[in-house]
Amino acid sequence: MVTLKELPAQELFGPGHRMCSGCGAAATARITLKALEKPAIIVNATGCLEVSGTIYPDTAWKLPWVHALFEDTAAVASGIEASLQKEGKAEDVDIIAFGGDGGTFDIGIQALSGALERRDDFTYICYDNEAYMNTGIQRSGATPYGAATTTTPAGSKIPGKTDAKKDFIGVCVAHGVEYAATASVAYWNDYITKVRRAVAVKGPAVIHVLAPCPLGWRFETSETIKLAKLAVQTRYFPLYEVENGKYKLSMKVPKPVPLEEFLKPQGRFRHLFAPEFTKNLCEFRRQVEHNWNRIAQLCGGESIQIASPACQTVG
Amino acid sequence: MAKSVSQKIIGLNGDEAVAFAAKQANVDVVAAYPITPQTIIVEKFGEYVANGEVDTKFVCVESEHSALSACVGSSLAGSRVFTATSSQGLALMHEVLYLASGLRTPIVMAVANRALSAPINIHNDHSDMMGSRDCGWIQIYAENAQEAYDWTLQAFKIAEDHEVLLPVTVNLDGFTISHAMEGVAVLKDDEIANFLGKRRPLYKVDTSNPMTFGACALADYYMEFKRQQVEAMSNAPSVITEVADGFEKISGRRYSAISPFNVEDADVALVCLGSVAGTARWVASRLRSRGKHVGVVKISQYRPFPTMELAKVLSNVQDVAVIDRAVSFGAPYGPLCSDIASLKALTAIHTRISNIICGLGGRDVRPTDIESVFEKALRRAAGEAVDEPVSFLGVRA
Repeated sequence: MVTLKELPAQELFGPGHRMCSGCGAAATARITLKALEKPAIIVNATGCLEVSGTIYPDTAWKLPWVHALFEDTAAVASGIEASLQKEGKAEDVDIIAFGGDGGTFDIGIQALSGALERRDDFTYICYDNEAYMNTGIQRSGATPYGAATTTTPAGSKIPGKTDAKKDFIGVCVAHGVEYAATASVAYWNDYITKVRRAVAVKGPAVIHVLAPCPLGWRFETSETIKLAKLAVQTRYFPLYEVENGKYKLSMKVPKPVPLEEFLKPQGRFRHLFAPEFTKNLCEFRRQVEHNWNRIAQLCGGESIQIASPACQTVG
Repeated sequence: MAKSVSQKIIGLNGDEAVAFAAKQANVDVVAAYPITPQTIIVEKFGEYVANGEVDTKFVCVESEHSALSACVGSSLAGSRVFTATSSQGLALMHEVLYLASGLRTPIVMAVANRALSAPINIHNDHSDMMGSRDCGWIQIYAENAQEAYDWTLQAFKIAEDHEVLLPVTVNLDGFTISHAMEGVAVLKDDEIANFLGKRRPLYKVDTSNPMTFGACALADYYMEFKRQQVEAMSNAPSVITEVADGFEKISGRRYSAISPFNVEDADVALVCLGSVAGTARWVASRLRSRGKHVGVVKISQYRPFPTMELAKVLSNVQDVAVIDRAVSFGAPYGPLCSDIASLKALTAIHTRISNIICGLGGRDVRPTDIESVFEKALRRAAGEAVDEPVSFLGVRA
């Protein structure tokens, strides 16, 4: 693992961008650029990171940066890669594509699928803040079950999103990508290792980073890293790598922190603690356990039953 | 007149002619997706790649949206870029069309024109390109395979010129041109290499000179970006003329925004785009031999629209019949006729205008159809009250 001292002091995603304080996506971009060891080109999908970094005539990006549309980021990266190949420069440059969860899980997945299938050589990084935050917190395919968004509000009948989060890494792995991983802004050295592994791959590589959003998740801006950690420590967001189809846990969580510690500080889950929605809270817990067990099994571990006494009484 | 140039004539359909031009232009990157009737272009290019006849990077994308997006990426990275599409494919590209022109990326795209769904139809009309006519691209319409070949070659030089830096579509009528075999006079590779040179990008995505492409421009700057696009478009005609001069030197063939035929003393003129021009000239010649004063104006350069050139050639014509192969639903005229009608507001011409909508979804436009258009226009020119200003030719009652 890399140490802080080994990281470049240079900030390629400059101070002066207009991201919110406590933004997990901004931290993701900053750490990504510190991980890079070669000159790089950034392709950025429409979204918070895009719009907040380059309001003309200003730019926060001190390296070549391209924004095209919302859903075509992977295709634009493919086009740039084709040009570098033609010029014989592909080996000397890393191409990093950034997309939010909306631009990746939903509207951009077709273009990404095409690029993964063609084995185009770039690293796709999804900064996942679990909703369309730039347009004002609408649900996406990455929004977890039960979360209140502006299109799935916590109503009196329907308490937040009724569907589960999409298994994005599973989709990528099904394309036969050589390297895919999940990461968290809280575990920066784990993330940097993963970025370096991803860019070293010849062909496409994908990293899915959980990037908490104080505005959309409704928590204090000082708590971003704490929540990013809790997401991992409660087993809500397992950290793992998939190399040539082989899953490997990056962080074992033998004694998970109670899930409530991750959920309670967030306004988007507050309604799940109302007595009438206990069943929904249990369903949330069941999905977290199911996902953890699924990943743990894929990683060759034992399926672990987590005692959920509160749910057992609900039936 | 240019010196006569000896050239090889080979049998090519319109799609093959376009693919051959792209090959000879030595494009760096092609990103494309198949769609009838453009498919032969991508198939042919695939063949060139598979046989090692080109060293182009050929990106076989999963949609037209990604095709043009990949082209934008490659063009920003400094490459010479080509793609092709038709109909639904062009419609799927719609937002990327505006991106390409807004980012000022030179790209050449052949559009084998085809009707839009619904009902689904694979045959020719111009509703695909007309649906995207305000996308900020230079739009050329070819009349036959030779023109499709010649315009494709010239399009690279026009698009990449630093005074322009706009993408260009070369339109060829689906099937009528795309699939019809003709004798096409082709130039030698080295002549084209000398004519086009290598692309010299003004700005590009380059790690040694980091730049931001695609920034967000709000109310304080957006209009300046759009105004610059307008200026680039207005710079295009003189560049197109310069390119035509150079092309004439190597080919002996001269291209211009419009091609008037027997219009000088004409009472009536038919104005059209694309392959129907050939039929129109043939009919006009026959009518001339019967003493009728009729002419034809073919528009090759649809955007930027050659307003003053058209006003000049139409200034003495009493009645202009405009052929539209697309409908602008709810508008007073079809798209081409709307442009022609605007001449009356912008210039001194006072000609009467009628609009004939025909050939939709591949409906054949026969010489007898064109003859009926001329006959009606002649009667109108003679003072007779004929028809409504917009008529559908050859449609069932």
